[in-house]
Amino acid sequence: MNALGLLLPELILLVGALLVFLLDVAYDTDRESGASYGLVSGLFLVVAFLAAFFQMSLEPQQAFMMDIDAFAAFIKMTVFAGMALVALAGGRYMNRRTYNQGEFWTFFLIVSLAMSILAGANNLVLIYITIELLSITSYMLAAFFRDELRSAEAGMKYFLYGSVASAVMLYGLSFIYGAVGSLDLREVAGFFVQPDLTEELRVAMIPATLLALAGFAFKASLAPFYQWAPDTYEGSPTPVTTYLSTASKAAAFAVMARFFVVGLSALDVEWVPILAGLSILTMTMGNLAALRQNNVKRLLAYSSVAHAGYILMGLVAVAANAASGMDGLNGVLLYLFAYLFTNVGAFVSLMAVEETTGSVEMEAFQGLIHRAPWLAGMFTLFLLSLAGIPATGGFLGKFFVFGAAVQHQYYWLVAIALVNAGIAAFYYLRIIRTMYFGSQEDAGSRLELPLGMQATLLICTLATLWIGLYPPQVLDWVNTASQQILTAVLF
Amino acid sequence: MVPLNWYLTVAALLFALGLYGALARRNAIAVLMGIELMLNAANLNLVAFWRYGEQVMALTGQVFAILIIALAAAEAAVGLALIIAVYRDRRTVDVEELDLLQG
Repeated sequence: MNALGLLLPELILLVGALLVFLLDVAYDTDRESGASYGLVSGLFLVVAFLAAFFQMSLEPQQAFMMDIDAFAAFIKMTVFAGMALVALAGGRYMNRRTYNQGEFWTFFLIVSLAMSILAGANNLVLIYITIELLSITSYMLAAFFRDELRSAEAGMKYFLYGSVASAVMLYGLSFIYGAVGSLDLREVAGFFVQPDLTEELRVAMIPATLLALAGFAFKASLAPFYQWAPDTYEGSPTPVTTYLSTASKAAAFAVMARFFVVGLSALDVEWVPILAGLSILTMTMGNLAALRQNNVKRLLAYSSVAHAGYILMGLVAVAANAASGMDGLNGVLLYLFAYLFTNVGAFVSLMAVEETTGSVEMEAFQGLIHRAPWLAGMFTLFLLSLAGIPATGGFLGKFFVFGAAVQHQYYWLVAIALVNAGIAAFYYLRIIRTMYFGSQEDAGSRLELPLGMQATLLICTLATLWIGLYPPQVLDWVNTASQQILTAVLF
Repeated sequence: MVPLNWYLTVAALLFALGLYGALARRNAIAVLMGIELMLNAANLNLVAFWRYGEQVMALTGQVFAILIIALAAAEAAVGLALIIAVYRDRRTVDVEELDLLQG
């Protein structure tokens, strides 16, 4: 297979983005409903998903500053599945609310492209540039309803936080380059294990890696850099919020895992306590803030911050001992995969209510069971999965992440996480209670869901149950993925 | 030849100035200018490290710096567009007054 073939998923998306862009230029947009662009984008994402699936079984290799391995392929599959589902459910929502459908779908495919490259990037230049490509495109998508005050404000806040974080990260990367003389992650790793590395230089590198962490933490909405998340998630168009909280987070954790596991495995002593601290801070802040939300969209935004904290626990377990980091990485990947379907489902349920009632406040969910029994049932499942109730995908993710932390004897971390999971269950159950026990009078008429949303909800439900009840296939993928990235670690 | 430390010191000062500007200024345009200063500090670092490094032929630092210059332009373009979108509706670019979303 020639080298260009290794870039198949990326090339497919690039062609798709250019095609939509050209179609948009060539045709009179006033007469376009945008449905054709959505369809083309969705098809390209599905084909890219199949290409990523095919890459799962390839021998790990490197090309174009990227690792083409099962780890990257698994993240690509996760990301493309999420993006395709968002296109399926949110396409109509976006097309009806904007005149620039062609632009939206072009950016949508470019965002997918950026996440796809991020999943495999093993060179700090490529990592930085792709994070910026992802960020800049996301700023535009967050502010896509630019005449709406809230959407513009969401994009603006995202931009201000994001560009400061990425500038700080870049400053850190420049010091890593200065010390190592290269930006390749494997050479960075080699630098830290060389025998004549002085203690001073080693210690001097820690601030640099901390600065770099700022950029990753921002993209994954981790503790000191999460303030943008609730505002941006609330103000952005709901389909954009959906991918920001799922696919974008998966890509951020993938690149973070690669940076720390492949590049900095020799600095584990230093960054374990830091990551553990961030993890606790992130989940606690997210959960406590979610408790007092009355806007369900904002509540889910805070809950997604809290979930980033749980996922980080998996990385802490990898950090503790990269040689036995299997279970931690497995946890991270499994959590991301299950969380993707669950959270896409939850946001699509929200989108369905928003489409018909025009509101995302708690009151709009009153008595939903009477208006749309199926929707209420599926939303309940997603919320239970987010809370980590057994037999759902969310439980399995939490089980693996918590289990990995227990194996590495971080009992206090697990204890705090369990308390947090308890707090989280409380606000998820609050939504469920509103849906079931709201009075029937103010329930209003029945909800009619568009076909795309119905299909998405069904796929997400099946996937959540599939991961929760019969996980061998997913576990197999996850195992291969983490094995392949751990073989790249220098000991 | 000017020692490497001097470059790093200037870059650190630039970075600190930029960070101060980005965090303390309330005008969104001023914040954007602070961000540009931070990016330029990193550029200065990269080019200095490249010049004083052992692998001068590898050009990594220089190429990275050029890419960042292009990126900074893209970021500024999007940032200014967002600022204009906000300004049109509210007649202000004060970041403290962006308070529709909070809680």
